Amino acid sequence: MLSRRGVLPGFGLSLGYTLLYLGLMVLLPLSALAYRAAGLGFVEFWNVATENRALVAYKLSFGISLLAALTNAAFGLLLAWVLVRYTFPGRKLVDAMIDLPFALPTAVAGIALTALYAPTGFLGEPLARLGIQVAYTPLGIFMALVFTGIPFVVRTVQPVLEELDASVEEAAAILGATRLQTFTRVILPGLVPAALTGFALAFARGVGEYGSVVFISGNMPFKTEIAPLLIVTKLEGYDYAGATVIACVMLGVSFLSLLAINLIQRRLVRPQ
Amino acid sequence: MSAASPRAPGQRIYHGHGTPAKTEGRLARLFLIGAALAFWALFLLAPLVVVFGSALSEGIEVYVAALAEPETLSAIRLTLLASAIAVPVNLLFGLSVAWLISKYDFTGKSLLITLIDLPFSVSPVIAGLMFVLLFGARGWFAPLLEALDAHVIFAVPGIVLATLFITAPLIAREVLAVMQAQGDSEEEAALTMGASGWTIFRRITLPKLKWGVIYGVILCNARAMGEFGAVSVVSGHIRGETNTLPLHVEVLYNEYQFAAAFAVASLLAFLALLTLVLKQFVEWRAHKKLHALSMQDVPAPLSLPPTPGVSS
Repeated sequence: MLSRRGVLPGFGLSLGYTLLYLGLMVLLPLSALAYRAAGLGFVEFWNVATENRALVAYKLSFGISLLAALTNAAFGLLLAWVLVRYTFPGRKLVDAMIDLPFALPTAVAGIALTALYAPTGFLGEPLARLGIQVAYTPLGIFMALVFTGIPFVVRTVQPVLEELDASVEEAAAILGATRLQTFTRVILPGLVPAALTGFALAFARGVGEYGSVVFISGNMPFKTEIAPLLIVTKLEGYDYAGATVIACVMLGVSFLSLLAINLIQRRLVRPQ
Repeated sequence: MSAASPRAPGQRIYHGHGTPAKTEGRLARLFLIGAALAFWALFLLAPLVVVFGSALSEGIEVYVAALAEPETLSAIRLTLLASAIAVPVNLLFGLSVAWLISKYDFTGKSLLITLIDLPFSVSPVIAGLMFVLLFGARGWFAPLLEALDAHVIFAVPGIVLATLFITAPLIAREVLAVMQAQGDSEEEAALTMGASGWTIFRRITLPKLKWGVIYGVILCNARAMGEFGAVSVVSGHIRGETNTLPLHVEVLYNEYQFAAAFAVASLLAFLALLTLVLKQFVEWRAHKKLHALSMQDVPAPLSLPPTPGVSS
């Protein structure tokens, strides 16, 4: 830590303060979690971690987050493309509102989506007549996670798309490529790393999301109970050990998935 | 990237006029715009409209009554308190982080950056759980708290701590990005002229950082006021005491007081819209400054605040 480079003063002060604050606010709470989990013993940890109810919750949280993040990747690319390449009335407004899921408290988003998709809601009622129920089903969880994930892919792809060199596209066109070929062979490969970053962020956010999901999911164990809700349920029953186990499994799986995405990304960026 | 002609960073290549050599046909374009707008309206516009519509569904009297209720006022006070603590504390932390990471090279730097971003990748519920394990009934600090007769969990300090954890990376990230983009040639020049570290920071670094700091503060404030999951775990939902605005929305909603719940929610939605407007304004100001600089042919690039900011 001490092999510093840089001539400006203040190294000791900023290092000391940063480490102290991080230690107290981030490392201390994390170690409390790790310590609690380590005190359980392997057998007990394994038994709680692989309870049927927990397995269903992981599957819901990770599975629906994955689907929602994929949806976000597709529509995020579309939105970024439309916002950068085309002009249309209201473009500025559409652009500014992309960040709404960052700015709107998740509880507000949660009750709004529930009101919208409840069987008596503005969109829920016509959908119910078609036999599609959204609120209080996994589909409702999906809608909430798509909402929270929208900004990630748009905001990672947008700057890359803006900086894209037009001459390459022109060259492709002159060489006789159709517009679709130019898009899939020339433009898209340049956007994939940024889109993947956005996808990973949306996925990680979705796995941990709580506020926007609890209202619309209906919270039925074995059906629509997501993993963060299971933690809350266990805490409300003062089952601290159970809550700790589920939290550790979630953190572990999230970490491994982000690592995997990172590896894929490295392979993609590496020049052939 | 091999740009043929010099271009200011962030400048759009296709700005309104001047289509590239070959572009999509008119029909394809209309279809793409239509699909994007439909998705936008369904997922972003509709929920916002529902909030304001439902808030006023039982008339303006119910709306005003819900906001004037003592429990709502106490929730507003608590939310303002949490944010009033979180913003300055995170600002100090953010400036320290940014100075440390942008001005020096040292071993373990990338590990440090990962640690700073960590609260983004921890579920808010898990963040709340960690504080319960520290300060709860059987937590590490339980004996100490008992001796002092102090309460953290199911009390205001827990809410403040959970908010601090969740918002820790927000200002740090924005300020760091701007500081890194600006480089430190001016600071080094001041140092050779004999300025002290504190003078350099106050007179040179801080003024240059202005818009980055404001941007970070806006994002941090929005998150601090809107945090739900982490705060919900540590709050205990004691009405009139440990309910922040988002928690108060939940309580009202679960009691089937829908119009009142949406009335309180509309306050938070207003706050979100205000955040978006301010953010837009700051981006516009930073952009203008960038443009002015490139006009004078100043080579030092002044970067805009980075885009994928609040991952909350």
